[in-house]
Amino acid sequence: MEINLKKLQEIQVIELIGDVDASTAPQVQHEILPLAQPNSKLLLDMSQVPYMSSAGLRVLLSLYRQATAKDGKLVLVGLSEDLQDTMSVTGFLDFFATGETLEAGLAQLKETVA
Amino acid sequence: MTITERIDIHPTHKYSNFKLRRGKPFPFGATLVPGGVNFSIFSSHATSCTLVLFKKHAEQPMVEIPFPEEFRIGNVYCMVVFDLDYENLEYGYRMDGPNDFASGQWFDRTKILSDPYAKNMGGRDVWGVMPDWNNIYQHRSRIIFDDFDWEDDRPLEIEPEDQIIYEMHVRSFTRDVSSGVPAKHQGTFAGIRDKIPYLKELGVNAIELMPVFEFDEFENSRTNPETGEMLLNYWGYSTVDFFAPKAGYAATGKLGMQADELKALVKELHKNGIEIILDVVFNHTAEGNEQGPTISFRGIDNKTYYMLTPEGYYFNFSGCGNTLNCNNPIVRNLVLDCLRYWAEEYHIDGFRFDLASILGRDPLGYPLSNPPLLESLAFDPILAKCKLIAEAWDAGGLYQVGSFPAYGRWAEWNGKYRDTLRKFIKGDATVGEMAQRLQGSPDLYAWEGRAPATSINFITAHDGFTLMDLVSYNQKHNQANGENNNDGDNSNESWNCGWEGETDDPEINALRRRQIKNAIAMLMVSQGVPMILMGDELGRTKQGNNNTYCHDNQLNWLDWQLFDTNLDLFRFFKHCIAFRRAHPVLRNRQHFQNKDYVGSGYADITWHGTQAWQADWSSDSRTLAFMLCGKHARQGTYTDNYIYVAMNVHWQANWFELPSLATGMNWHVFANTGATSPEDIWQPGTEPQLENQTGILLGDRSVVILVGK
Repeated sequence: MEINLKKLQEIQVIELIGDVDASTAPQVQHEILPLAQPNSKLLLDMSQVPYMSSAGLRVLLSLYRQATAKDGKLVLVGLSEDLQDTMSVTGFLDFFATGETLEAGLAQLKETVA
Repeated sequence: MTITERIDIHPTHKYSNFKLRRGKPFPFGATLVPGGVNFSIFSSHATSCTLVLFKKHAEQPMVEIPFPEEFRIGNVYCMVVFDLDYENLEYGYRMDGPNDFASGQWFDRTKILSDPYAKNMGGRDVWGVMPDWNNIYQHRSRIIFDDFDWEDDRPLEIEPEDQIIYEMHVRSFTRDVSSGVPAKHQGTFAGIRDKIPYLKELGVNAIELMPVFEFDEFENSRTNPETGEMLLNYWGYSTVDFFAPKAGYAATGKLGMQADELKALVKELHKNGIEIILDVVFNHTAEGNEQGPTISFRGIDNKTYYMLTPEGYYFNFSGCGNTLNCNNPIVRNLVLDCLRYWAEEYHIDGFRFDLASILGRDPLGYPLSNPPLLESLAFDPILAKCKLIAEAWDAGGLYQVGSFPAYGRWAEWNGKYRDTLRKFIKGDATVGEMAQRLQGSPDLYAWEGRAPATSINFITAHDGFTLMDLVSYNQKHNQANGENNNDGDNSNESWNCGWEGETDDPEINALRRRQIKNAIAMLMVSQGVPMILMGDELGRTKQGNNNTYCHDNQLNWLDWQLFDTNLDLFRFFKHCIAFRRAHPVLRNRQHFQNKDYVGSGYADITWHGTQAWQADWSSDSRTLAFMLCGKHARQGTYTDNYIYVAMNVHWQANWFELPSLATGMNWHVFANTGATSPEDIWQPGTEPQLENQTGILLGDRSVVILVGK
């Protein structure tokens, strides 16, 4: 599991690489939950995540809950068709704003600034 | 303030590389606790117990951990195992103890047993994938998170009398390609979710799912000698695990996410004003008779979980080989725990109990006058707002429609409603009994103070003919089931309208459509709770097979192309449902009093025939009409329109004289099944005024519904 962080202006971009399952979810949780700060704008780039287990999806929802509790915003981009479908039928997708590409996600987060 | 860490979260014991601690007996099952998993299982007769852990899908266990004797509390073995990758874990138990048939003890250390409280079940992850019968552990207990984010959702608590139930089978609803749902959603919970707009358009506000607890579709699977086709346990009335949703019904079953998928469906249904009722099968289990497989209960505590004859054989009040010992205190708690779990964790709105009369039998099978289980369910605080619906009979000859121990809570599938309506619709002269059924069966329920909504009214259900088949077949045609047409009910009270099965004869087909419309019209103006069978609104046929429990094919799969060919039927159903929802006078909370108690000049219900005010109650009468006074709606608490319903089940047309309304009001036509579509029914609120206010001609075998406003 590789996690790359970079800042694009005020937006925190988090790039996940690899499967998020019970063995990697604790690491992801440990590294990304602290990024949910007051009014933070988080973009999670999922384009290199082939699979997420139940535990992985729960980390995402935790991040969402923490970000929104602090008036932050969170956008997921680059979800594979399979992952998007899994998240949709299990109800997780309902919570997230999504974009197809990094650019689309950035645009969504910038809109919320204005 | 800093909260001090609990001191009981550290291991105290070791077995091989696994760190352990004595667990807590409650709750039963496998529960996530800080640092590990608490395993707890009950057996009153086992002499020792071993926890068997597998990596997901592994052929052989990764470890078998005997419960240290000091970890047993009473008859409960409980242990925390630390540092488990519980997402990739499967677990089971081995139990040692006496093996003596005559005394009902079946302990066998060689078998690995499922946890009766497992919240998720592997082994049949994807529907229809042939199992490996050499696998030493077929139905594998798994652990899930019970932390679904429900936001503000909770069960809808729709008033019982306002329900309109749609009985469906998860896989049958969307498995056919014609359903139009994405391929990976076909036949799943996700597929139902995709079809919510359809259910909303139809207007139903509750779906009742045929069994969704984990079952084995390959139980008793066999080949149909005629067609070579594989016959399955398709309907699933044979529970493997009472706490786990059927993995094969989930698009995400292969990922083990069936619980979340079902919960997401429930949440979405609720958002759309639709309740979900589960058909639950507590009368027997998938372990079958003495020759059946050992899956769980039999190896854990056979004598406790099953009703046994004094010789040690299984009682068979279910017709399925064994009978769950529901009024044993242990089993009673299991049932209660189970239903509470589904109400609390899945937000289920109600339960329909298959062969519920078994739940009122004592351990030797005698019917109890005050069955503890039924009483516990009726008064349970968590289930307090759940609908409890009994199939008030069993396969052992107990028939309790009208006498099921109800405690003011239980509703009943009204089998007498079904039989009376069927007879009347085909032209039998049964007006007297028909009058009772239309009123919510006060003959069965009023004497005990039970409300009209006690009566779940239905003409068709999964057992028996579809509505189209009810008007197309005189006899069942169950050859495809491979039982020489011996299975299935013989008393169908059906009439084929002149030809057995499909025909090109336009007159017969027109009559059949009319009979279908007559049926739904009568159902929707009856007091009580109407239930319709999936697909009846589309004229679905099962080719005369009245017991399609074993077919995973077009016989069961709903053909959505019928929507185009039978649009008139769908439209008729839809408007009838909307009409019922628009008129509280059709959904009374108490039985009629047959008098005017609000000063309207009309009694709450009045009976008529071809002559107004004079119903023909004679034994060969085939005409019946009634009028509901709108000012008596819900005991006078609502002002509704007046409603007049005339039924002519005679083979000849009949002129019905109309009761006159108060000055200023006129009769308007809502439905006339004798007219051709689209003039057969009107959208509620747009009914045209009747030209002749004094009478109306009803064609042969026709129903007319008028609105007085």
